[in-house]
Amino acid sequence: MSTDTQTETQNLTLVQAVRDGLRTEMQRDGDVIVLGEDVGKNGGVFRATEGLYEEFGDDRVIDTPLAESGIVGTSIGMAAYGLRPVPEIQFMGFIYPAFDQIISHAARLRTRTRGRFTCPMVVRAPYGGGIRAPEHHSESKEAFFVHEPGLKVVIPSTPADTKGLLASAIRDPDPVIFLEPKLIYRAFREDVPTGEHTVPLGEAAVRREGSDVSVYTWGAMTRPTMEAAENLAAEGVECEVIDLRTLSPLDRETIVDSFEKTGRAAVVHEAPRTGGLGGEITAILQEESLLYQEAPIERITGFDTPVPLYALEDYYLPSPTRIEDGIREVVDFR
Amino acid sequence: MVQVLDESGELVGDPPDLADDELVALYRHLRLARHFDERAVNLQRQGRMGTYPPLAGQEAAQVGSAMALDDRDWIAPSYREHAAVHVHGLSLSDILLYWMGHGAGGWRTDVNVLPAAVPIATQVPHTTGLALASKLRGHDAVACAYFGDGATSEGDFHEGLNVAGVFDVPAVFLCNNNGWAISVPRERQTASPTLAGKAVAYGIDGVQVDGMDPLATYEVTRAAVEKARTPGERPRPTLIEAVQYRFGAHTTADDPTVYRDEAEVAEWRRRDPIPRLERFLRETGRLDDETVEGIETSVREQVSEAIERAENTARPEPDAMFDDVYAEPSPALRDQRAALHRLRDRHGDDAFLKE
Ligand SMILES: Cc1ncc(C[n+]2csc(CCOP(=O)(O)OP(=O)(O)O)c2C)c(N)n1
Repeated sequence: MSTDTQTETQNLTLVQAVRDGLRTEMQRDGDVIVLGEDVGKNGGVFRATEGLYEEFGDDRVIDTPLAESGIVGTSIGMAAYGLRPVPEIQFMGFIYPAFDQIISHAARLRTRTRGRFTCPMVVRAPYGGGIRAPEHHSESKEAFFVHEPGLKVVIPSTPADTKGLLASAIRDPDPVIFLEPKLIYRAFREDVPTGEHTVPLGEAAVRREGSDVSVYTWGAMTRPTMEAAENLAAEGVECEVIDLRTLSPLDRETIVDSFEKTGRAAVVHEAPRTGGLGGEITAILQEESLLYQEAPIERITGFDTPVPLYALEDYYLPSPTRIEDGIREVVDFR
Repeated sequence: MVQVLDESGELVGDPPDLADDELVALYRHLRLARHFDERAVNLQRQGRMGTYPPLAGQEAAQVGSAMALDDRDWIAPSYREHAAVHVHGLSLSDILLYWMGHGAGGWRTDVNVLPAAVPIATQVPHTTGLALASKLRGHDAVACAYFGDGATSEGDFHEGLNVAGVFDVPAVFLCNNNGWAISVPRERQTASPTLAGKAVAYGIDGVQVDGMDPLATYEVTRAAVEKARTPGERPRPTLIEAVQYRFGAHTTADDPTVYRDEAEVAEWRRRDPIPRLERFLRETGRLDDETVEGIETSVREQVSEAIERAENTARPEPDAMFDDVYAEPSPALRDQRAALHRLRDRHGDDAFLKE
């Protein structure tokens, strides 16, 4: 899957892989510029850009004023001029001031100029819940961006993928929304290729093979989903777990192939259920493989409520228990 | 820059028209805010509270300004305004509950305080709206926004002030300029020589005040409120820039040693509002050892009681998450609530709770 050939690796956490990915691409291409709130001297509030300011200087790692619309709008101009800006939005819950710029301009600059101007930019933002953070620090609103033509949306779930997908996103000629599951920023380590490493956008990964049910997920929910799959395996239920990795464009082929093998499906996401990606995946399965379907497709998701403050957060996020129950519904259906 | 007490507590301007007991109350509120803040940071360190944004150093601007407001006035706070919203009527335990992750914390139906605005600067246009509504209704309530220096870079700040200027609304926009927006210093936030100077662009008055001088912040806010509260006349909004410093980290999740110089902190500690007011009150015979001791004891008791009350508040029922999303829950919400009930019945709450 990965395009590199060398075998040398480093054992990194997911957030270290973000940094390594940025650093490698900045070394490779002098046009890559990181900008945002606290990304410079402070190295980012999650330390995702630590050391870059020292290595590349303040022309390439820019601490900006507190203005998301300004950060992304400026990035669009830089991209149109030929640079490759990588703006950071500190938390996904604060992306909304920049929403207008992303939706109204980044996404359609290519269309509107018939390709004369493009917007090769990667908007990075930590997203998701489970870290006992204050209000507006836990949102998972990937669906907003998937709904917008002209954008790509990527959510990694492992350190190696994080580095590889980020590199591909930076090299991509179109704007990419790159959402980082902050719950697992430091949850585990993995060997990540040193030096250049890319993972193609638009390809899902089969994290676990199984014949009974296809379980589609991404980002931070990949881990509780894998845990649920292992628990169910002990009961004799074999889940095939698909980590979508890129939410736009979706890897329809992998999604459909798995379903045609198992005939049963569940989707796990922490975003609210209504209008979430679970509905889109279900629709794809209906369109492509209706006759393979053996059970109703289950969505195991966050609720249609604002993410509650942390006293209730654990009830909001799909847990292994909740995921197992949902998958059992699917496999028990006769 | 307006100043009434200099750094050593020497009177350098006209003292505000406050009775002795009001002056002592002002001092007591400063002490309460400082002690509350210290305890809150400790609670976080001990894992008894979530991330918390400390305010030490910023008491004077919050307390002085809030004491210049009446109960009928409105506050639209940021997330750091624990002292201001307490002076305006929220209990300390209400405030703690919010930072302890309870959705019921941080507001009350009988107090004119909006919930803490976590997204920066979003409360600025709300304040314009509150003030415009008060004016349209023919009321004399004034609305006061609190926000930081970083907030002045957001579009919402500019849009809120612009609308306020166009419609002559009875509002006070109070910028707590503590010199930093996390790691970004004030000079990186704007090329304007002052933040108060931004008022010119919106056709409203701007005033810069020593934000660590409690008498000056009181006086400047009182004057701004008076200018806004002019029944029958044309109310005018004011932008106040209160120049100050927060001694501690941005939040308990932040490490300021990465970007901030310790010498800078020491320099600002010399301007601490508490000894400053204490010296003035002692020298003018309004405060003695005994009163200070009494205040100290009562402040400690008050904060301890608030912590006890907050910690003894039961974890909210998970149903609370589904309440109040809409006046009438949607069919989807009803289904989801029922599904969670079934899950809890089947597995028990321990299956959910991580702690
Ligand atoms: C729209 C938005 N962007 C980013 C953040 C993350 N953030 C929280 S506080 C902060 C700095 C705020 O600085 P300032 O306005 O000066 O207020 P202070 O915290 O210093 O009182 C940032 C960037 C946020 N809360 N909202």
